[in-house]
Amino acid sequence: MMADSGSNEEVAVIVNTDITSTESENNLINTMVERGTALLRKMEINVAEAEKRTGKNTVNMQETYTVYLIEIRPAETVPEGGTPATPDTLWRRYSEFELLRTYLLVTYPYIIIPPLPEKRAEFVWHKLAADNLDPDFVERRRVGLENFLLRVASHPVLSNDKIFFLFLTEVSTQVDSRLKSLSAMFRVKNPDKRFTALKHYSDELNTVISQLLRVRVKVADRLYGVYKVHGNYGRVFSEWSAIEKEMGDGLQSAGHHMDTYAASIDDILEEEEHYADQLKEYLFYTDAVRSVCRKHELIQYELEIVAQDLVHKKQQKEELATGTVRIFSLKGMTSKLFGQESQEQRESRLAALEQSIQEGEETLKEKNTECHEFVQTAWEDIERFKEQKDKDLREALISYAIMQISMCKKGIQVWSNAKECFNKM
Amino acid sequence: MSVGTPRGLASSGQKPIAEILHPLSAAEEPLSVTVNLGGDKTTRVEFDLPEYCVWRRYQDFDWLRTKLEDSQPTHLIPPLPEKFVMKGVVDRFSEEFVETRMKALDKFLKRIADHPVLSFNPHLNAFLTAKDLNKRQGLALLTKVGESVKYVAGGYKLRARPAEFCAMGEYLDTFNQKLGTIDRIAQRILKEQSEYLTELREYGTVYSSWVGLEDELRRPLEGVAGCVTTCCGALEDLGENMSQDFLPVLREYVLYVESMKNVLRKRDQSQAEYEARLEAAILRKQEDRSPMPVEVEKCQDKVECFNADLKADWERWQSNKRQDFKQLLTGMADKNINHYEKCQAAWESLITLLQDKQTEDKTSETN
Repeated sequence: MMADSGSNEEVAVIVNTDITSTESENNLINTMVERGTALLRKMEINVAEAEKRTGKNTVNMQETYTVYLIEIRPAETVPEGGTPATPDTLWRRYSEFELLRTYLLVTYPYIIIPPLPEKRAEFVWHKLAADNLDPDFVERRRVGLENFLLRVASHPVLSNDKIFFLFLTEVSTQVDSRLKSLSAMFRVKNPDKRFTALKHYSDELNTVISQLLRVRVKVADRLYGVYKVHGNYGRVFSEWSAIEKEMGDGLQSAGHHMDTYAASIDDILEEEEHYADQLKEYLFYTDAVRSVCRKHELIQYELEIVAQDLVHKKQQKEELATGTVRIFSLKGMTSKLFGQESQEQRESRLAALEQSIQEGEETLKEKNTECHEFVQTAWEDIERFKEQKDKDLREALISYAIMQISMCKKGIQVWSNAKECFNKM
Repeated sequence: MSVGTPRGLASSGQKPIAEILHPLSAAEEPLSVTVNLGGDKTTRVEFDLPEYCVWRRYQDFDWLRTKLEDSQPTHLIPPLPEKFVMKGVVDRFSEEFVETRMKALDKFLKRIADHPVLSFNPHLNAFLTAKDLNKRQGLALLTKVGESVKYVAGGYKLRARPAEFCAMGEYLDTFNQKLGTIDRIAQRILKEQSEYLTELREYGTVYSSWVGLEDELRRPLEGVAGCVTTCCGALEDLGENMSQDFLPVLREYVLYVESMKNVLRKRDQSQAEYEARLEAAILRKQEDRSPMPVEVEKCQDKVECFNADLKADWERWQSNKRQDFKQLLTGMADKNINHYEKCQAAWESLITLLQDKQTEDKTSETN
């Protein structure tokens, strides 16, 4: 692996610090720390930096990839005049985060596992290239990965996981990458209504957020166009001012304000990306919710199979005991055709069936318990998730409104300045 | 005096002040306009009554302008809004079109009324007071054609145009260019804003459709959808304002520049005519010692008058232009400020609403 915990001095860093995203990160961190898991009381987790690396991949080809620096600091405050403890650090790439998440999915099937930021840049408005090495994308991914770690660290159950702890602290961590098949096709006879409703909600939410993200990109593109065209006023006012006497100065300075207006859209739209990221997190969360529902279906299905199997065996036993053939079976037919079996044979078959039925009843009891426990623990996590989602999205909408207000204020400022210049014409 | 709905353009104290009445469009006529001379400030003796109320169509304004051009060739006559509109493309009976034209005609009359020479023109008097304009259109048309033929066929070569008139010509050319550019930019902005508006509307509907899925998030989502709708409305207003108020004024100035260039050409012509006649007269004088013909002196007077009138008008035009564009551009800035203020207010009220809910929730939690 590429970890180099501790000595970072010789490594060049290509990160751009985005103040606004840091501010909102802090808000997120504060919220999660408030919820107070034992882990977060002990340590502070950051994904501090991102760096480009080149190396040979599994098929021995040169590839360029990005690694992210995980920093762990003890959470206690530093005394006056004391030096802050140096953080423990290690480098991990995106694929390792993926492995961790897969491990969590398998180990805690009843928990809604927080999603990772997108693997590839999707839902881009035209300025951003769909390029995984683009510095803005890398930066937003860094924020997203930190977010993921904090979500796991603040989860009442997941935060206690040993493998997670090792992921944060030890370089050579083996993460189990065996996957249970989650896409099995099967039909459940008596699905739990709550899970059906939840899956339905999750699918709808997925659709609506995707739509929202798509349209938002189109809106951003158009708004970009509107602002940029105003820049042309700057040039023409300047040219016009050259042939004017008293009007010249006013026109010229107004032109500069038009240039400012046109340039302001870049920052505005960059800030909005943060809102898009918040929506994306929940878009990916819907996949996680969906997979919990599917796991429930799987367990429910297995339970139903076992129950059905048991019923079938009990009927067979009854048939055998009373001699009546209620259900068609090959054995029944053959005995009719070729004569009855002997008493001994019948008795040994009965005994075997009895055994099988007993085992079946044990299995059924176990499956029932498993199902019951799954539903209980899953539903606990689902309630927790719902609360989290409502809170987070509400805050996201508020911060979006704040962004809009800021954009309006900037617009008013620029046009007021221009108006002053026009008045001096 | 003015045309149409109230719009105050400064008119200097002596001129009659007008009242404004809304136009009615009769079925046959493209535009009927009420011109109402009013007010106690009428000090002009040539008007008998303090108030006149007459109906005029576009054709009548056109007649007036032609008459003014013919009778005062040395002056800059303000332009009319465009005469020909393609039927089927523009609805000549639509409110916006009528409104826009009305404003332009109003400005036209006000400019003439402000002019120290033009406002005394008898044709203007007739236009403003006569119940029926005895236009004698046939004759007028002939006269117009005659004049233009004369000037074209005149074909006198100009030797040396005085520097100041050269400068005027150059200014007008460049100014015209810039006007054209600004018009194109404004149109482009309108187009971009219209496309932005389309997407923004869809954006709002997605939020609305999300509302149905949620409980706790219902109010914030409805709020956001509402704000987006408000912003759409504000943007629509902005676009309407720009296309109704801003663009027509730009186009009017383009027409103004055209008519001014015409006047400059006429001035050139009269100077050229004078020079040619003078030359001819000098030659003849040399031959047979005949005195300077009266026509030549008349021509000289004509040229000198023309130059003087033109210079005076030019100054006036420059001053008006400065006022008009100052007003136009500050108006544009105001509309944009207005638009942002409306949007800001909407988003701010949403935040207040959501934050109230938050404190509401917190107090219910602690209870």
